[in-house]
Amino acid sequence: MFDQILQFVLTGVTVGATYALVALGFAIIYNASDVVNFSQGEFVMLGAMGSIAFSAGNGLPLWLAAICAVLLVICVGMALQRFAIAPARGASVVTTIIITIGASIFLRGVALLLWGKDIFGMPHFSGEEPIKIGEATLLPQNLWVMGGASVLVLGVHYFFNHTTNGKAVLACSCNRTAAQLVGINVSRMMLIAYGLSALLGSLAGILVAPITFTSYDAGVMLGLKGFSAAILGGFGNPMGAVAGGLLLGLIESLAAGLISSGYKDAIGFVILLLVLFFKPSGLFGKASAERV
Amino acid sequence: MPSEPLLKIAGLTSHYGPIQALHGISLEVNAGELVAIVGANGAGKTTLLLTLSGVQRASGGSVHFGGNDITRSATHKIVQSGICHVPEGRQVFAPLGVEDNLKLGGYCFRSDRVGLEQELEKIYQLFPILKERRKQPAGTLSGGQQQMLAIGRALLGRPRLLLLDEPSMGLAPLLVEEIFRVVRELNDSGVTILLVEQNANAALGIADRGYVLETGKVILTANADELLANEAVRKAYLGH
Repeated sequence: MFDQILQFVLTGVTVGATYALVALGFAIIYNASDVVNFSQGEFVMLGAMGSIAFSAGNGLPLWLAAICAVLLVICVGMALQRFAIAPARGASVVTTIIITIGASIFLRGVALLLWGKDIFGMPHFSGEEPIKIGEATLLPQNLWVMGGASVLVLGVHYFFNHTTNGKAVLACSCNRTAAQLVGINVSRMMLIAYGLSALLGSLAGILVAPITFTSYDAGVMLGLKGFSAAILGGFGNPMGAVAGGLLLGLIESLAAGLISSGYKDAIGFVILLLVLFFKPSGLFGKASAERV
Repeated sequence: MPSEPLLKIAGLTSHYGPIQALHGISLEVNAGELVAIVGANGAGKTTLLLTLSGVQRASGGSVHFGGNDITRSATHKIVQSGICHVPEGRQVFAPLGVEDNLKLGGYCFRSDRVGLEQELEKIYQLFPILKERRKQPAGTLSGGQQQMLAIGRALLGRPRLLLLDEPSMGLAPLLVEEIFRVVRELNDSGVTILLVEQNANAALGIADRGYVLETGKVILTANADELLANEAVRKAYLGH
């Protein structure tokens, strides 16, 4: 029994790390521009599909293909900001949500045209020899996902807390006019925020693709799960989003193992609804200290 | 023959949608001066400053700063050229720490770390309370402290011209006195200042010259003491 639970926890943390990166992407874009970016899941899909296309189609080694794919997705994210979000500045939240949903349908359509409906696999980064922990097993790729996610989360944390440009992005989110008045180029900060979110999403997709496989519509479910995780942790709270992602992954994995795998997704969304009913600010959301 | 003014505004107009807020404003600020713009609520004072900074778009007229046309420049370019703006209502970055707020004020000089530290130290000498609270989120400061922070943040941008929008708004009389004393000191130390105020008495009390604004037009301009003595101004803006 204990070994079984350990197995569920290990799987849950791996999946949760992916959700955490997607949720972090949601939080960064929401903080910077008050936009809920529903094409975040498509960044994940494009990262994985792009890498496979570059390595299988163009014969690049996987690592180089992955770098190309990440750069491509960063450009997609910046283009989304520049050509779809920026022109709609001042529009209502609902309008921008419709724009990002439209962008996600568009990106999915492009992926469908380019690569068809097939499901694609990606080679594991360092073999498929399972590692035994007691009776539970772990693939080397699970370690890649957890390690990669940890590095990215720490990197994001460092960027926002210890670099001038990170703080400038935060400044834009708390007061756009005041940020302009200290000489911050707000449109450039927005591009940085969208580029960073695209980077996180595409890397999440690449890290997890060897385990979960991918297809043109793999981003839909990942995007929704990331969104749920962001709400669970308190929307707009980056480290809450990370915690929410890990928690959601754990709960799903335990529920699938102990109750029934048929209810896996349902349980995730039931939790989302419960949080929205009883603690809409999320588990780690807190009222901000502000005096006027 | 006096030299070219530091700031020269000619026939400036600005619109909010179909509503015209500025009806052809012309004014000048010479280097080293402290110029006050007074007028009632809604006269266009804040709009004028926002248009100077490029936050609000000018629909006509021109703004020249140090001889360069900045009428259509982006806000961050205008700040880089040396116009630093303390906005109405302070608008500090509430969740960020006091010191982070100040450092962001020096954003244009972010590569010059040594200079930034020196400037920061000057601000802490000017407002010691900010040094005491430097780790605290700016939103938890009192109104007067937030005003000091907003001024300090603008000073870190090393202004050639400092725009002050209603620094006395919502402050207790003693604090207003304190803030105006600092503004006067800053001007004495060589900073050129354009001050916008509803509190005409206090503003004209420290200014060299003044402009009276009404419904988006300059209706009167003179030396500050002449305006203070002017019967019409006294009736309309000084309450006696």
